[in-house]
Amino acid sequence: MTVSYDNSKIIFDGIKAAGITSISALPETWLGLLLQRAEDDPEISLIQVCKEEEAIGIAAGAYFAGTPHVLLMQNHGFFGAINGIVSLAQLYHVPLCMLVALRGHWGEPYPWHTRGGIVTESVLRALGIPFEYARRPDDVAKQIREAYTFSQSSLSPVALLLTRDLMED
Amino acid sequence: MRRAGCIEMMYPELEDKLVVTIMGACAQELYNLGHRDNFFYLQHAMGLASSIGLGLATHLPRERVIVLDGDGSVLMNLGTFATLARYRPKNLVHVVFDNGSLLSTGGFTSHTTSGITDIAAIARGAGIEHAVGVSDVTAFGEAFVDALDRDDLSVIVAKVEPVGPDHYGMDLQLPENAFRFKRWIAERRRATGAAS
Ligand SMILES: Cc1ncc(C[n+]2csc(CCOP(=O)(O)OP(=O)(O)O)c2C)c(N)n1
Repeated sequence: MTVSYDNSKIIFDGIKAAGITSISALPETWLGLLLQRAEDDPEISLIQVCKEEEAIGIAAGAYFAGTPHVLLMQNHGFFGAINGIVSLAQLYHVPLCMLVALRGHWGEPYPWHTRGGIVTESVLRALGIPFEYARRPDDVAKQIREAYTFSQSSLSPVALLLTRDLMED
Repeated sequence: MRRAGCIEMMYPELEDKLVVTIMGACAQELYNLGHRDNFFYLQHAMGLASSIGLGLATHLPRERVIVLDGDGSVLMNLGTFATLARYRPKNLVHVVFDNGSLLSTGGFTSHTTSGITDIAAIARGAGIEHAVGVSDVTAFGEAFVDALDRDDLSVIVAKVEPVGPDHYGMDLQLPENAFRFKRWIAERRRATGAAS
């Protein structure tokens, strides 16, 4: 099982095609190749954080500045960012476009990811965060564009869940 | 030294700068001097004021960004010092008012009360070159002027008394604050002809 080189490129190109110029992220295996591209691309400003909740603040700053921004994190990082999402983004109507690696779901071999994977969808629902699953490389660029558009029109956090089908070869 | 006095001293300089405050007492003390649309009060989400500051400073390199933080808030997000050190936005001044107290939530002592935890030392240890601790008004004023003159990331940790304003309340809804803050930035960018 390896992280998909081709699909990481497709996702990165999709982020750029959506007009995004700024990314905040906390690295994890599935996001590694994607982040490498972001780091190497002079057109993208990348801020790596110590904890995912920081990225909620950074994303709000980017939004106020008028810079299109996406957040990259894994689902466990999303859990750790919840107060920022609720008490900054939702409270102040600040949009967030989150691309979330959905670890611990169908096909997951690692036990430590499983509890988080099992509850991710329910947590998103409980928070009223609209989400979609990204499974197919042919669709993902459009899904990123639409996620970004919807975050901006609804002034809300939205999540695109990056699944195993998409992220692994 | 009192935070309200420090903020009053800073206030004339804040007219054309982006200011992000933490919740409660600190936000109120700035608001009481006169609200401006370039002030954003983070009335919850403890710890994230400096992260918002980093997002603003990175994406608006021509603006000056001033963050008014607190000991309790910044202790919830100590990683912010490492992130700030790594990206080192030159246009950010991060002021931490260390009153040794969780004042806005009833005045419980914070971990800095006894003087054991030194936030300026934490900031320096995280790699921030210009991080100073001050405990009187003259030193605070000098540190603030130095920070404005310096074209580099600056952290000022100001030891202040655990006292807050005598009343709370703002004639400003939270989303309204966000909308007006964003609009102020957009209009200024238009006026100064900054490339988008
Ligand atoms: C996550 C979270 N936990 C607890 C609180 C309750 N609370 C409100 S204000 C505050 C203290 C803030 O302390 P500090 O940042 O030092 O500012 P001060 O009020 O002392 O000016 C706390 C703990 C909260 N708002 N959010």
